[in-house]
Amino acid sequence: MTSPILLAVEGLTVSFDGFKAVDDLSLYVERNEVRVVIGPNGAGKTTLLDLICGKTRATDGSIKFKDTELTRLAEDKIVHEGVGRKFQTPSIYENLTVFQNLELSYPKGRTVFGSLFFRRTPAITARVKEIAEMIYLDDDLEKSAGLLSHGQKQWLEIGMLLIQDPELLMLDEPVAGMSVVERERTAELLNRISTNRSVLVIEHDMDFVKDIAHKVTVLHQGKVLAEGKMDDIQKNERVIEVYLGH
Amino acid sequence: MDKPDTQALAASRWMDKFGGRGKLIQILIIAFLIMVVLPLCADIFRLNLYGKYLTYAFVAAGLVLCWGYGGILSLGQGIFFGLGGYCMAMFLKLEASSPENTAIQSTPGIPDFMDWNQLTELPWFWQPFHSFTLTLILIVAVPALFAFLIGFAMFKRRVGGVYFAIITQAIASIMTILIIGQQGYTGGINGITDLRTLMGWDIQTDFAKYVLYFACCGALLLCLLAGQFIINSRYGQLLIAMRDQEDRVRFSGYDVANIKIFVFVAASVISAIGGAFFTLQVGFMSPSFVGTVASIEMVIFCAVGGRLSLIGAAYGAFLVNLAKSSLSETFPQLWVVAMGALFIAVVMLFPRGLAGLVDDYAGPVRRWMKETFKRPQPAPAVEKKTAPPASNTSPDSAPILSAQESH
Amino acid sequence: MGGYTGEELTAIFLMQGFSGLSLFCVFLLMALGLAIIFGQMGVINMAHGEFLTLGAYITYLVSYLASDTWPFLLDYYFPVAIALAFLGTFILGYLVERFLIRFLYNRPLDTLLATWGLGLILQQIFRSVFGPREKSVVLPDWLMGSFQASDMVDIPINGVMVVALTVVMTIGVFFLLYRSRWGIKVRATTQNRAMANAAGINTEKVDRLTFALGCGIAGVAGAAFTTIASTGPTTGSLYIVDTFLVVVFGGAASLLGTVASAFGIAQSQSILSFFLSGSMAKVITLMTVVGILMFRPQGLFASKVRR
Repeated sequence: MTSPILLAVEGLTVSFDGFKAVDDLSLYVERNEVRVVIGPNGAGKTTLLDLICGKTRATDGSIKFKDTELTRLAEDKIVHEGVGRKFQTPSIYENLTVFQNLELSYPKGRTVFGSLFFRRTPAITARVKEIAEMIYLDDDLEKSAGLLSHGQKQWLEIGMLLIQDPELLMLDEPVAGMSVVERERTAELLNRISTNRSVLVIEHDMDFVKDIAHKVTVLHQGKVLAEGKMDDIQKNERVIEVYLGH
Repeated sequence: MDKPDTQALAASRWMDKFGGRGKLIQILIIAFLIMVVLPLCADIFRLNLYGKYLTYAFVAAGLVLCWGYGGILSLGQGIFFGLGGYCMAMFLKLEASSPENTAIQSTPGIPDFMDWNQLTELPWFWQPFHSFTLTLILIVAVPALFAFLIGFAMFKRRVGGVYFAIITQAIASIMTILIIGQQGYTGGINGITDLRTLMGWDIQTDFAKYVLYFACCGALLLCLLAGQFIINSRYGQLLIAMRDQEDRVRFSGYDVANIKIFVFVAASVISAIGGAFFTLQVGFMSPSFVGTVASIEMVIFCAVGGRLSLIGAAYGAFLVNLAKSSLSETFPQLWVVAMGALFIAVVMLFPRGLAGLVDDYAGPVRRWMKETFKRPQPAPAVEKKTAPPASNTSPDSAPILSAQESH
Repeated sequence: MGGYTGEELTAIFLMQGFSGLSLFCVFLLMALGLAIIFGQMGVINMAHGEFLTLGAYITYLVSYLASDTWPFLLDYYFPVAIALAFLGTFILGYLVERFLIRFLYNRPLDTLLATWGLGLILQQIFRSVFGPREKSVVLPDWLMGSFQASDMVDIPINGVMVVALTVVMTIGVFFLLYRSRWGIKVRATTQNRAMANAAGINTEKVDRLTFALGCGIAGVAGAAFTTIASTGPTTGSLYIVDTFLVVVFGGAASLLGTVASAFGIAQSQSILSFFLSGSMAKVITLMTVVGILMFRPQGLFASKVRR
């Protein structure tokens, strides 16, 4: 094992026409850590994920993943490095089946010609089934993904990331709009998949955060307001002020 | 029992690569129609016309790939049709302009229109077209390169949707103006005419017309097969996925721009092959097949046939052109209105085109036939069907036929 | 351009610049309506040229009526013609939105095809009603002639009139979009339809009026067009590709950009055409525009938005 730090964000800044959505932000995520980022609306949480996965380009600062600088890398190359990102609203391929959704995310045949001459092997089928079981969708493999319930769609998207076996998994509000039961199963899922990878989660649901977080980072106006164990964060006066005063 | 079974499985796997047995049968039906029925029913004059319509089927098939599946509407497919056609025409023209044939010109050995425009020397970009091999390569390479450049510039910067449509239309317009304006190099508005022989072989005899017609049919069938292969591969699924959720594809580690560039280039190359056959069968090439009007009509060929069906698009191109020539012969004014109405109707009433209509009406009939004439199925066959999961999930069984645009 | 002296060059630029000005006016007048329909609503109206043609034909009818039946009205028909051209195209636009565009809002590429079809039908109707040959209006006396600015430069009055009309309309559209209550509604609807609905804006009505207004502006453009050129069934469609390029090049939602890009394209085309053939001037201008668009797809004037 090399350095325990998997992701190092330093001095990260992005401005949209003068408005700094993320402002001189630094953040370190260790290997096998589940980190939850919380904060009021407009704190820059989603922008932070956008910056890490390359959807938005940083104005300043650096994002080091293992030994690679991500700020200049193309989106698909960032994925190849081992960063997976789930969007806030479930983005899955509604016109394809669950099986096809998962298979299409399998990290093989990613070039034009690779995908043209892609052949399904028994290993791939097995892997798809394994993931489907993990995300509670093993009975719906042939179902068109558009027909899944909202919660199932969220799981499917998580599964589409898991099949790529990323070292860093970033989830944007994974339990938004889920029922209590679905929420519990999602927490269980997250706890299970975080044993050999780091997970960076944005979440509002404090009970859920308590269930999964190793460490919590509070963002406010694009800056880190506080960082630490959930219990400490809940006692932090500035955090209380920001949340209640908002 | 075991061995033939695995053989059957291998055969069905092989057929799945092209969309399954059903699609292959449909292609065979087309082959039968255009290579047996039409030649038997029509004299060579008509057949030559039909061959001309079929060249548009190439373009329509290309549009199914890039517009129907890729969601990229190109209003400049005439450019590529024209490039293919002009490449072929330039070769034929050079052959027709041998020094012996053009002895009366002030500069023998160059095409007549160059002589009329006071050119004394063959321009450099005409030189490669002395060689037939080089010409064949260029028919594919020139449009491919051009499409690659446009695609690279646009898709790498994430330009798509209506912007792409408008810009390709502008490029088609520029091409036409350029060809018409540069008479001395291109033959101007009349195009390149008086094409008679291909490597010494008179292409205006009835026999030659038959040969060219069948060659065109063969090429079309190959293009349809290639297209079927593309849309039934993982790449084809990616195209559908990209229309649904472009960002998800991108953040699953794919370079979305490359995927789009490829489908655009593929569509252009197929169109160019059609253009080359057009020149061969019609005997000339002119800028009127390149411009914005021609290009947008090509889109309608595709839409009428069904933008998500390669086979449908081939029928669409043929039928619209058949209707066009028979209507415009008798009622020229009516044709323009009919064409306009067709644009509106295909968008408003049947966005999935003929293929969609066939699906809607033939589907229940087929199901009814299956129910009625169901043969008792042997038990192992049922098991076999469930054994390989998802092996027969061709994209057309999924409800991708909702003709929604992503932009 | 080695053979010209500085003085000659200035004169050439002035003369070509003025002839470019009328091209600029046609571009801008057509682009104004498009900028509203495409820039604000995201609808591709390929029949926009035919709306211009319709406006021009209406003007022709009015002038014909005036010169034929009531010659004493000839001097005054033009304002009436403008009003009628606006009204006619406005109504047609309203109907088109109601029966066609409305169903296609989430399918922009399909709108493009449907309106192209509409354009074909309109062209054929024009051809049947007015004949394939171009028609010219009878200009009232006060629009004819020219005034002598200097002994080298001669400015036709109808040209001045078109420029004036263009300026007035541009300012009018600007105020309508950015300073009126209706403009706020239009922009609110563009930016967030659901929210606008929730805020009590009848977005369907806004859409219909916006589209109709864009078409009405095309009609006025047609009326202005008649004073500098004659009208044929395909007059409008000749400009549609260029005008779309003008709008995209300017940055679809920016009025200032539209003005700048119409000016730039018209002027460079016109000035280049003195040194090269007209077709090459057009090719070079359009190629430059397409080339720039490939590097700057958002157009000249577009604000950086948070995605």
